[in-house]
Amino acid sequence: MPSQQKILNTLRNPIAIAASIQNRKRWEQFFIVLGWFSLLVALLTLVFLVSDLFLRGLPMLNWKFFTSPPSSDPEEAGILTAWVGSLLVIFVTAVVAIPLGIAAGIYLEEYAPKNWLLDFIEVNITNLAGVPSIIYGLLALGFFVYILKWGESILTAGFTLALLILPVVIVTTRESLRAIPQGIREAAYAVGSSRWQMIADHVLPYSMGGILTGIIVGISRAIGETAPLITIGALTFITFLPEPPIQSEFPYISFKWIWAPFTVLPIQMFNWVSRPQEAFQVNAAAAGIILLVLTLAVNGTAIYLRYRFRKSIKW
Amino acid sequence: MITSAKSYARLGVVAAVAALSGSLIPAAFSQGTPTIRIDGSSTVFPITEAIAEAFQKAEGGKVRVTVGVSGTGGGFKKFCRGETDISNASRPILAKEIADCRAAGITFIELPVAYDAITVVVNPQNNWARNLTVAELKNIWGPDSKINNWSQVREGFPNIPLKLFGPGADSGTYDYFTEAINGKAKVSRRDFTASEDDNVLVQGVSRDRGALGYFGFAYFMENRNRVRAVAIDNGKGPVQPSEQNVLNGTYQPLSRPIFIYVNAKSAQRPEVRRFVTYYLNNAPATVKKVKYVALPARAYRTILANFNRNRVGTVFGGKEAIGLTINELLKMQPQ
Repeated sequence: MPSQQKILNTLRNPIAIAASIQNRKRWEQFFIVLGWFSLLVALLTLVFLVSDLFLRGLPMLNWKFFTSPPSSDPEEAGILTAWVGSLLVIFVTAVVAIPLGIAAGIYLEEYAPKNWLLDFIEVNITNLAGVPSIIYGLLALGFFVYILKWGESILTAGFTLALLILPVVIVTTRESLRAIPQGIREAAYAVGSSRWQMIADHVLPYSMGGILTGIIVGISRAIGETAPLITIGALTFITFLPEPPIQSEFPYISFKWIWAPFTVLPIQMFNWVSRPQEAFQVNAAAAGIILLVLTLAVNGTAIYLRYRFRKSIKW
Repeated sequence: MITSAKSYARLGVVAAVAALSGSLIPAAFSQGTPTIRIDGSSTVFPITEAIAEAFQKAEGGKVRVTVGVSGTGGGFKKFCRGETDISNASRPILAKEIADCRAAGITFIELPVAYDAITVVVNPQNNWARNLTVAELKNIWGPDSKINNWSQVREGFPNIPLKLFGPGADSGTYDYFTEAINGKAKVSRRDFTASEDDNVLVQGVSRDRGALGYFGFAYFMENRNRVRAVAIDNGKGPVQPSEQNVLNGTYQPLSRPIFIYVNAKSAQRPEVRRFVTYYLNNAPATVKKVKYVALPARAYRTILANFNRNRVGTVFGGKEAIGLTINELLKMQPQ
C-alpha cells in the first residue's frame, strides 16, 4: 500500500522523522497557546467585571450600608433587610434541599430497582435541572402561596429555591455515589454490613466531597435567583427585620421568622440598577460586592467541609 | 473510616423536625404591628417608597409599610385577590381587572398621585430633529413601519441611519406610548432595541448619533447631558416636555397620570387612612424629588376629599385614556 510505504520511507529517513516531530511539537505549542488564550478570555472578563464592581461600589461600603434598610435617598440606603432576607431564605433552602436531595439520590442510586421507571425518573430529574427558574416560581405561587396558604413568606421562598436546586443535588449525589468503586460495597457486605450500614458508614462518607460540590453549585445558584422570588411576592421596599430566631425568653427559639415578608439581595440590586439616579448605581455595585462575598463565604464553608471530608478518608 | 454519616443523618432529622414544627404555626400569623401592604408598578415605586419611608419615620415605627414591584398588571392581580391594601399603577385599571376585583368583592378608590411625561429623546449630536409631529412618530413607530433612515422621516432630514430604542412590551410606558401614538396599546414595530431597564435605553441613545428612543421623564431629567428631548407637535406647534407644559396640558398626547388604588375596605383601617392622607399631603415635594410632575396643590386637595368621602370606582371605565389634562381628569366622575 502506498501510504504504508510512505510511513516506512519516513521511518528510514532521520531528517523526515525530525521534521515530523517538529511538526507535532508545533501543533502542541499551538494548542497550549490556544488554551492559554481561552483561559485568559474567561479570566480577564471576570477580573474586569469584578474590578469594575469594586471600583464603583467600594466607596459606598461601610458599616452603615450594612445596617440600614433601603431608602429613597441613595446616601441613606442600605442592605440590612436584603442580606438578612437572603441568608434566611438560603438557610431554609439548604435545610430542605440538602437532606431531601441526598436521600433521593441515595435511594435512586443504591436502592431503586433498575427498570424503565427509574430511567423515566432519571430523565425527568435531569430535565428539571434545566427548567427556567421562573417556572419554579409559578409552581410555587400556585402550590405554596395559594394551596398551602404559606403566603409571601421566607418559608415559601426557601421551599421554592429548594425545589429549584433539588435536581442538581440529586444528580450530583448519584454521580458521586456511582464513582465509589464497587469493591467498597462488596467489602462492606463481606464483613456482614446491611445495605444501610454499607451506605451510611462507607459509601456516603466517601462520596461526601462530590455531594458537597453539588450543594455548592446549587446554593450559589439559589443566592443569585430573582425571578421566582418576585413571582411568589418578594418585596422591594421593606424596612423591618423578621422576628429573631433566638429569643431571650422561653422557649428561646422562635420560628415566626419563616412567615415574615422579606426581600433578597439580587432584588434590591436590580431595583437600584434600574433607577435613574446615578447614586443608586453605586449602591447597586456595592450590593453586588456583598452578594459576591456572601456567595464566596457560603461556598468557602462548603469547600472547607469538603476538604475536611476528603482528608478524613483513608482507604 | 473516621467520620460517620450517622451524625449527619441525625442533623438532618433535627433540621426536618425544626422545619416541620415551624410550619405548624398557623400560616395566618400576623405580625402584631399593623402592616400596610403595597405592590404594583415600578414607575410609581419611587414615589411610594419615599412616602412609605417618611411615613414610617413619622409614625415612630408603629406602622409598617412594605412595597413590592410586580408591575401594574401583577400588582392588580394581587390587589384583586385582597392580598394588598394599595396598588401602584402607571395606567388606569382595565376592564378585566375591574371584573376580577368585583368577583372577589373588592371595591377600590382611585387616586391620581402624579403625572409622567413620556419623553422622546435623541442623541445630543442630533442637530436636525428639534421637534417631531405625532404623525411622524406614528410613521416611525407604526407596526408596518419600514423607516430606517432620518431622511425618510421628514424632507430635509439628513441621510443618517435611524436606530430605535424603546421599553419592553411588559412596561406601562410601552402600553401608553403605543396607544397614544399608534392608536392601539401594544401595537408597534418590533425591530427596535427593547429593554425593561431604561438606563440601557439612555446608554443606547447616547452612543448613536442617529438614535431615537422614549422613556419616562425622570430618566430624561437625570440624563440631560447624555440625551436631548424632542419637542412634540400635536397640531398646535412643538411643545417641550417639562413640568410646566404637563401642568398646563399642552404636552400632549404623551402626558399620563399615574395612580395608587386603595382597597376600600383597607381604607377603613386607621393606619391606611393616615397613610393615604400623608401620601397626598406630602406628594408635591416627594414627586418633585423623584423627578415626576406633581399635580397642583388644589388637585391633591380634591383627590384627598374624594378619598375621604370614599369615592369608589374608576373614572376611566376600564380603558386607557390618552391626552387627559389634569383638570379634565379631576372633573371626571366614576361611571
